[in-house]
Amino acid sequence: MIDPRKLFLAGAAIALVLGLAACGERDQVTVYKQGKYQGKPDSKPWESDPGASLYTTSKWNPGDKTSWESALRMRNLAQNEYNRAE
Amino acid sequence: MARMKFLCDAERCIECNGCVTACKNENEVPWGVNRRRVVTINDGVAGAEKSISVACMHCSDAPCMAVCPVDCFYRTDEGVVLHDKDLCIGCGYCFYACPFGAPQFPQAGAFGLRGKMDKCTFCAGGPEKDLSKEEFAKYGSNRLAQGKLPACAEMCSTKALLGGDGDVIADIYRQRVLNRGKGSEVWGWGTAYGKPEQRAAPAGAKS
Repeated sequence: MIDPRKLFLAGAAIALVLGLAACGERDQVTVYKQGKYQGKPDSKPWESDPGASLYTTSKWNPGDKTSWESALRMRNLAQNEYNRAE
Repeated sequence: MARMKFLCDAERCIECNGCVTACKNENEVPWGVNRRRVVTINDGVAGAEKSISVACMHCSDAPCMAVCPVDCFYRTDEGVVLHDKDLCIGCGYCFYACPFGAPQFPQAGAFGLRGKMDKCTFCAGGPEKDLSKEEFAKYGSNRLAQGKLPACAEMCSTKALLGGDGDVIADIYRQRVLNRGKGSEVWGWGTAYGKPEQRAAPAGAKS
């Protein structure tokens, strides 16, 4: 014979678990604001460490936008084959 | 630095599809999705055949950004138009708005169900941690964060496709046109970056 008190406690525990289950649920509906980007923020390319990836030949100081731009400019100018042919 | 742009020289493109292959390989683009493709007009007509490599041009006033109902697009400081795939609902509005047919939709399930939009990122990844596995899986390679330019432009064997700082590639193209004395038309630039006569009027000006 099951003790009615234990049965009641077990029932209460189950009800408590089920009742609180929704509290851990994340909001799945995004509230959109018209005309404004709602997504995740993106990091800047110059913030990364040039040594963080394989085969990187460009060099710049992490976080220094100017040095990243000059590294990219060198890469950009390499597309001009007139410079390379001279 | 000026903003990032693509420039395709129709006088030089030999329709080798090297840019398409480079893009596919660099970003591990799935079957059925072409972030970049080569379009040929007057195919087979002697002297009139021209090929152009087309992808997202990262427009100054991007129509995709304007029509997106969930506003998942953003523009980086370098002028690259990117989007958040976590927000995209795959509605396809951007595809109808884009003058270059850039947005692509992978099949995401049975009955031709459209997945989230995929397009050229100028090899700039997306809104995930730079050079992370998550970024690569969703958006492909982030070459800008490695100090490199888009793979398609850097791989182009004839240097028909130029990509990078708009001022620098315009200078390269100018020098090229002066040397050869023809072919000064830049396909798609007016549409993507605005014609000089279409520049915004100064504030307060009345038309």
